[in-house]
Amino acid sequence: MTLDILAAAVTYAAAFAAAWWAGHHMLRVFQGERTFLHPVLRPVERGIYRITGIDEEHEQGWKGYVGAMLLVSVLSLLLTYLILRLQGALPLNPENLPGVPPALAFNTAVSFTSNTNWQNYAGETTMSYLSQMLGLTFHQFLSAATGIALAVAVIRAVARRSATTLGNFYVDVVRVTLYVLIPVAAAAAVILIASGGIQNLSAATPVTTLEGVRQIISQGPVAAMEAIKELGTNGGGFFNANSAHPFENPTGLTNSLEIVLILMIPFGLAITFGRWVGNIKQGFALLAAMVVILVAGFGFAAWQEQTGNPAISSTEVSQVASATQAGGNMEGKEARFGPIQSALFNTAATGTSTGAVDSASDSYTPLGGLAPMLLIQLGEITPGGVGSGLYGMIVFAIVAVFLAGLMVGRTPEYLGKKIEARDVKFAALAILILPVSILVPTAISVLVPAGQAGPLNPGAHGFSEILYAFSSTTGNNGSAFAGLSGNSLYYNSLLALSMWLGRFIFVIPVMALAGSLVRKKVVPIGPGTFPTDSPLFVALLIGTIIIVGALTFFPALALGPILEQLQLHGGHLAAFYPSQGG
Amino acid sequence: MTVAASTGSARTRRRRGRSSLLDPQILLPAVPQSFGKLDPRWMVRNPVMFVVEIGAVITSWAFISGFWSGGNHGQESFVGQVCLWLWFTVLFANFAEAVAEGRGRAQAASLRRTRSDTVARRLVGGLSGREERVPAPALRRGDIVVCEAGDTIPSDGTIVEGIASVDESAITGESAPVIREAGGDRSAVTGGTRVLSDRIVVEITQNPGETFLDRIIGLVESSARKKTPNEIALNILLASLTIIFIVAVVSLKPFAAYANASGFVTIPVLVALLVCLIPTTIGGLLSAIGIAGIDRLLQKNVLAMSGRAVEAAGDVDVLLLDKTGTITFGNRQASEFIPAPGVEMQHLVRAADLASVADETPEGRSIVALARRYGVPEDPEIASWTFVPFSANTRMSGVDREGAAIRKGAGEAIAMWCSDNASRELPDAVRDQVEAIARGGGTPLVVAQDRSVLGVIHLKDIVKPGMRERFADLRRMGLRTVMITGDNPLTARAIAEEAGVDDFLAEATPENKLELIRREQTGGRLVAMTGDGTNDAPALAQADVGVAMQSGTQAAKEAGNMVDLDSDPTKLIEIVETGKQMLITRGALTTFSVANDVAKYFAIIPALFSTGAVGALRALNILQLQSPESAVLSAVIFNALIIVALIPLALRGVKYRAVGAAALLRRNLMIYALGGVIIPFPGIKIVDLIITHLHLVS
Repeated sequence: MTLDILAAAVTYAAAFAAAWWAGHHMLRVFQGERTFLHPVLRPVERGIYRITGIDEEHEQGWKGYVGAMLLVSVLSLLLTYLILRLQGALPLNPENLPGVPPALAFNTAVSFTSNTNWQNYAGETTMSYLSQMLGLTFHQFLSAATGIALAVAVIRAVARRSATTLGNFYVDVVRVTLYVLIPVAAAAAVILIASGGIQNLSAATPVTTLEGVRQIISQGPVAAMEAIKELGTNGGGFFNANSAHPFENPTGLTNSLEIVLILMIPFGLAITFGRWVGNIKQGFALLAAMVVILVAGFGFAAWQEQTGNPAISSTEVSQVASATQAGGNMEGKEARFGPIQSALFNTAATGTSTGAVDSASDSYTPLGGLAPMLLIQLGEITPGGVGSGLYGMIVFAIVAVFLAGLMVGRTPEYLGKKIEARDVKFAALAILILPVSILVPTAISVLVPAGQAGPLNPGAHGFSEILYAFSSTTGNNGSAFAGLSGNSLYYNSLLALSMWLGRFIFVIPVMALAGSLVRKKVVPIGPGTFPTDSPLFVALLIGTIIIVGALTFFPALALGPILEQLQLHGGHLAAFYPSQGG
Repeated sequence: MTVAASTGSARTRRRRGRSSLLDPQILLPAVPQSFGKLDPRWMVRNPVMFVVEIGAVITSWAFISGFWSGGNHGQESFVGQVCLWLWFTVLFANFAEAVAEGRGRAQAASLRRTRSDTVARRLVGGLSGREERVPAPALRRGDIVVCEAGDTIPSDGTIVEGIASVDESAITGESAPVIREAGGDRSAVTGGTRVLSDRIVVEITQNPGETFLDRIIGLVESSARKKTPNEIALNILLASLTIIFIVAVVSLKPFAAYANASGFVTIPVLVALLVCLIPTTIGGLLSAIGIAGIDRLLQKNVLAMSGRAVEAAGDVDVLLLDKTGTITFGNRQASEFIPAPGVEMQHLVRAADLASVADETPEGRSIVALARRYGVPEDPEIASWTFVPFSANTRMSGVDREGAAIRKGAGEAIAMWCSDNASRELPDAVRDQVEAIARGGGTPLVVAQDRSVLGVIHLKDIVKPGMRERFADLRRMGLRTVMITGDNPLTARAIAEEAGVDDFLAEATPENKLELIRREQTGGRLVAMTGDGTNDAPALAQADVGVAMQSGTQAAKEAGNMVDLDSDPTKLIEIVETGKQMLITRGALTTFSVANDVAKYFAIIPALFSTGAVGALRALNILQLQSPESAVLSAVIFNALIIVALIPLALRGVKYRAVGAAALLRRNLMIYALGGVIIPFPGIKIVDLIITHLHLVS
């Protein structure tokens, strides 16, 4: 167990190191400076502009930027929808899989366009290799690049003074894809392959196991997808088992590598932000708020999982960690990871909007499962998805700054930008979208028969499954309390709506806020200015995030995981897990 | 040199309408007003409280309809009480607003009493025209009126002829009369003030309804205040929090149904939960805080033309302070006696002392004090001298005795007195001294006895005690102070260093003052300044907070966005503090309000789900409240009472401390965030114990 905690610490440390590099690298890339990759890639970049007719020097205002983003997203969504529908007639389909049904294809297209990667299907039995590569992996690059570009636009809004433009969406997307996502993902894929991951276009291999059972071993271009799945905080796995599958995540070491990939850009963008605004401590402050909540979530989940199931504690069975067993709640966990590494991966994947899983969230103890769910419900900002985490965090920072400003008796300002009614309006609107998009469809789902048909389990656990699904889709996370059967017309549509709201509607007030911020003069910093790079501000920011999140979701969480945990303590296990297989 | 023109005698300040927080004259009329404000057209201006009112209506409907249909399931008493307390919540908030307005109204009423039915003596046909008597409200801009000793000045205007001492206590509360004269910066007179001596001819500058007095009354009475920018921003935040909680509470109904736990999740209980969660504490007190901010300034005798101006005052980065009267004593003090050639020092000092013993101005007193330091004891013959006070015409004061006279005054005035209108020249040596002192930023006062010049008293600026500390405080608050002075840079630097200001503008002219303000504003800073002269008007208008002195000209008063009735430029510091206080109070109560929700959840959620399939949530009842009904009702009652409990804080404002932003925030977070989390726990528990003890609920 000590070793597990040490491994967790080393993984976080490695994530910081990677983020430090990535943050500075992205700064150079977006400020148009040369990097070590430029000799090779700059001509490619120029070529792309020449072919597409993008004017590298032209900058867009917030409306232009959002417009370009929506245009690209909608077009690429349609492309994916068509590929999925028509995959039966398209090449690279060794298993001869038929076209994906309309509702599922639509849900999946929205899911990958919005960086959610909610999967109402099992990859190996639904998607052809072409669909996986061109329909889905393509989006894992593009949606990640989109998120990062939006964050960079928001950074520019804070850093620039009395300006009107936020950059060029097309240029930002091209640059981040070319200089950041592709090189890092390629390097990571090589390591994954070296560690036992696969990358091929072969048909599934039938084998006979030692027990003499015939088994189909799925194949495919897994490593390439796996790398960008984590790096772009996408989370949509090649296989249904996601990162619990040995071809996606072969060893304990790749488990750590994938966590590092997940965290490096969300953490790194905070560094980029700090450097860009000319005060690295401002970046550290946001990073600190992200890390404190993330690590607290990990610690809580790990503690709950290692403690195990209270209903089992009252029996003869030992759940204590020892030389011969990992101990704790091992249901739904891979033996090569155990409770703590699973919790580390799971909280990293839910604290970011990745949603990859190497263990079954559905089988966590109620409170162990509450931690990841709450990390999503806090708005996917700790550290959140690539880009979306940073701009979400900046929205909360603005609310925190507003409160702080009032409490020190000064019109609040963030990095010298006065926060006025208009800015508060956009920030409040953005924050408002999330609970509405989570709670309203959850409420509808528990009311209507089509919704009630979804959960696998009755009672509090089934409620958690529905609540988690809409939290996950709104937060563009994509992980699931796997019990929910989401592949129905009802859930495909409603979940797609949540994903759309959480990504594309949320970003509109955020970018309007950016449009307002970029125009502002910068007020010089004085002793009356509340410092936003101090531990006090970090504490206030954390408080704001927790209070808003907790107050919004406490009643719902009380009827879900909290109730379930209390019932477990009361020995209600049998009554509430009638269909739980293992 | 108008040495004694300033009304520097012992100030007896009579502040208008100062009322204690618990003045029944304000509290009693506020009660019916709280009901009047239930009008939804009024309530809708305040989204949070409007939601509470709608909730109260829904609950009332549930109560009444349940009463007929028996749908309250034996909970009539409980539902009725919840309903009652929801209405109280709205009424308490309205009461807070009514009390805040009432204080302003009380002040307006006392102002109105001073506006008697004045009859004006209007001149028809120019300055030499005939006089006619018209009621004051009939006066129009451009009319010419005459006022003599004893007359009340009928309307605001500018003196076009004459000089008079005027009692402005009706406006300023300052009992000492002030001198008003045609021409220059002291030519403005205000309607409602009284001429004490002499005769003036005044050109009316305001139409009825636009006068200063009208504006004060309108301002303190107007309930349709425009919201300030920060108030709007906060309102938006509160409204969106309210929407979030509406979603959280409304969705709870289906969630509970899904969990087979609808038993206690009734409409009245959900409304109660919603009202407890939405930020009613700040929502209910928000407008009271704003009104109280303007009101607090008014109690300091500062008239803010808008709440926006008060709020801007809290944001000010740079204070431009006039040296004279603000940083130094406006009335300079004697520092040195310089005898004329051939005159004994003792002679000069004795004469100066005699001329000043009965002079109650600070200058006079400072001369006496200096004489003592020069070793001259009080003249035993003082009783035989008669004091000749300063007059605006002679510009001298002194003493007379049979056949003898001593005068002190400005060089020119003494020269006139000595030379009997002949040469008007001082002796060369004395004139040189006078000029040298003036060049050094000091004020020369010439002393003469029996029409021969004895010497010069050097009056100079003395930095007010405590200014250094005050500026250090300001620096900690994040404000930079810039001293504005007409002095040459050398003198200015010396005084600036002595006073501890951050910067100074020497040889200030209206132009370079304006330029300085613009420069600071370009850098994104907010500038506050005071001024009284017409030439200050452009700078006052340009500054973000321009405080005009009541003693100043009409133009200055119209250019600024505040008027200081005491004409005390150090007020600027108090104004800034009041502005900050207003924001802090809002922030503190917002934080407190939201932090309260934690305890309310722990009271209500276990109460909602205490039986049946979800009964395990009883474990969250960490307060051990007696019953679900008692828990809900306790939370609602606590929520309503906390509004009342915080009315005094809202009206008085959270205390501002000049300790720097981080320390201030830490302190306020400890009190209002941490306190806000903790206080409701015992609070709700106590209410629970009381209402169950009284058997109000089971």
